[in-house]
Amino acid sequence: MEAFTTHTGRAVPLRRSNVDTDQIIPAVWLKQVSRTGFEKGLFAAWREDPEFVLNRPEYQGASILVAGPDFGTGSSREHAVWALQQYGFRAVVSARFGDIFRNNATKAGLLPIELPEANVERLQAKIEANPAKEFTIDLSRRELRCDEDGVQSFEIDDYTRWRLLEGLDDIGLTLRHTDEITAYEEGRRSWLPVTA
Amino acid sequence: MGRTLADKVYDAHVVRSAEGEPDVLYIDLHLVHEVTSPQAFDGLRMADRAIRRPDLTIATEDHNVPTTDILSPIADPVSRAQVETLRKNCAEFGVRLHPMGDAGQGIVHVIGPQLGLTQPGMTVVCGDSHTSTHGAFGALAFGIGTSEVEHVLATQTLSQRRPKMMAVTVNGTLPYGVTAKDLILAVIARIGTGGGQGHVVEYRGEAIRALSMEGRMTVCNMSIEAGARAGMIAPDETTFAYLEGRPHAPSGDDWEAAKEYWRSLHTDDDATFDKEVVIDAAELTPFVTWGTNPGQGVPLAAYVPDPAAYDDPTQRSAAERALEYMGLTAGTPLRDVAVDTVFVGSCTNGRIEDLRAAADVIKGRKVADGVRMLVVPGSMKVKAQAEEEGLNEVFTAAGAEWRQAGCSMCLGMNPDQLKPGERSASTSNRNFEGRQGKGGRTHLVSPAVAAATAVTGHLAAPADL
Ligand code: SF4
Repeated sequence: MEAFTTHTGRAVPLRRSNVDTDQIIPAVWLKQVSRTGFEKGLFAAWREDPEFVLNRPEYQGASILVAGPDFGTGSSREHAVWALQQYGFRAVVSARFGDIFRNNATKAGLLPIELPEANVERLQAKIEANPAKEFTIDLSRRELRCDEDGVQSFEIDDYTRWRLLEGLDDIGLTLRHTDEITAYEEGRRSWLPVTA
Repeated sequence: MGRTLADKVYDAHVVRSAEGEPDVLYIDLHLVHEVTSPQAFDGLRMADRAIRRPDLTIATEDHNVPTTDILSPIADPVSRAQVETLRKNCAEFGVRLHPMGDAGQGIVHVIGPQLGLTQPGMTVVCGDSHTSTHGAFGALAFGIGTSEVEHVLATQTLSQRRPKMMAVTVNGTLPYGVTAKDLILAVIARIGTGGGQGHVVEYRGEAIRALSMEGRMTVCNMSIEAGARAGMIAPDETTFAYLEGRPHAPSGDDWEAAKEYWRSLHTDDDATFDKEVVIDAAELTPFVTWGTNPGQGVPLAAYVPDPAAYDDPTQRSAAERALEYMGLTAGTPLRDVAVDTVFVGSCTNGRIEDLRAAADVIKGRKVADGVRMLVVPGSMKVKAQAEEEGLNEVFTAAGAEWRQAGCSMCLGMNPDQLKPGERSASTSNRNFEGRQGKGGRTHLVSPAVAAATAVTGHLAAPADL
């Protein structure tokens, strides 16, 4: 996965709550078997509206999505994360994330930043007042910075932060413990079902 | 200190635990379907890795499957390619697959329990958020993304942190005509779509104990709609009776040994939960959603809510948007809302008992003019059983369409979709914008309400007929 250390970019406010993964990428886009090309399906239904925030000229090229609470609820489709990344987002800010979405994001290198709802709203207002404003995310310091307005710190556990900073693949990390997995398997109850 | 049911199952699967690291958790059963697996198999191939335990892995075709003609190739070339990719991957990696047309085919969360592969105390995962369904057996079961699917294929484990625990206790008895679906819709409306985030929900109490396995699966299925990755119900005699004799259930001495272990799988009296909700079953009534997330629900006897009544500005604007999308006016009685389509099916309510409930209501009646009713069994096995019981004839005599097994209009990846502006009463689990087809409007209901709605043409309970 792509490592995440620091990132500077403009942001786009998405003032909607409960943005479920069916909105982020509708089901018809999930039929592809490759891992690329999902940016076209990002918010596909909403993007048909020329007034939708992602269509507005001032937000073109923004790389930080600042959304309402409960972002990424619903389906487990990791395609939602891929679509956001392939469209150009490196981070999503929300007051709450769907658990599976958050998990998928950190596996794929998209940074989910959780901030209190009032702070998210203030950020959105700031972006709307000046869409050209740049933000810097510094993952090692767990900070979201915006020059004149100081610093917002966010929480992320040390392990996930380390994995993201190093861009490490979870499977490789787990495979280091193959002996322990084998030992566990030897102790499993004999009557547990097999599919074969 | 005492442990919860989820703690016990979690603890029994920790392969490795180290300070400052997530645990390595062993996975007993990995369910696979065509939509979320192709990129995971590609990843394995690229890294030259095998599947560690193909014998703990099983695949089915469900999301893309057409429900009219299941024996011909899929007409949509992209859907067909996805299903063919699954077939190639399963052949290459040695995974048992139930393809379209096979008697064992069906929705992934219907076939696991049906085969007896889902058992108490197991860890079950699938690249699908409704894996929570399997928690009805006292398994710790949750949805994962494609990166994690690849992780499980390669290692038979997941990198996990112990979840927080939440108890939803439903005391008392459900009134006549109130079902598991009504119960879970009411729970979600109460705690909200984020209420269970970060938690495993254990459903407890008299009303839960009284549910059949089908009802328990309906409840656990929708845990994710309350934000919880997993829902669980402690196994009991109802669970054992359901499992006994199923193809993959233990038998003979193993059956007794298994039951003895399973009986230990309950929350200790002195265990504590991080969050608790108590609900009185006697207060529940048939429930429907009016909005575009499963938390936006009210009793069928109520009215479309007025956004202005919400104090919270986020909820208010969400309600305004939802009413606009749904084409509803505040203050309208839900019973006056007319539908075009009724869908009975999905991993929430596509089991035999659900079909019986719908058939019971529609028997000897007719689907209203201008309404189409689709009945889609959750698996080929459910279909066969329903046909044995003559339920298919009840439905077709009423003017409903009797279909083949699959996800169908639950998410409209196959041709079963709503057209823009069309409205459905659906026994599925998600009323998101466009979920059942672009521009489609969904009201989530129980099978009994779905059938009554089909008869009257507007949202109705059996008691209204
Ligand atoms: S029936 Fe619906 S919710 Fe269930 S697995 Fe299929 S698409 Fe998902």
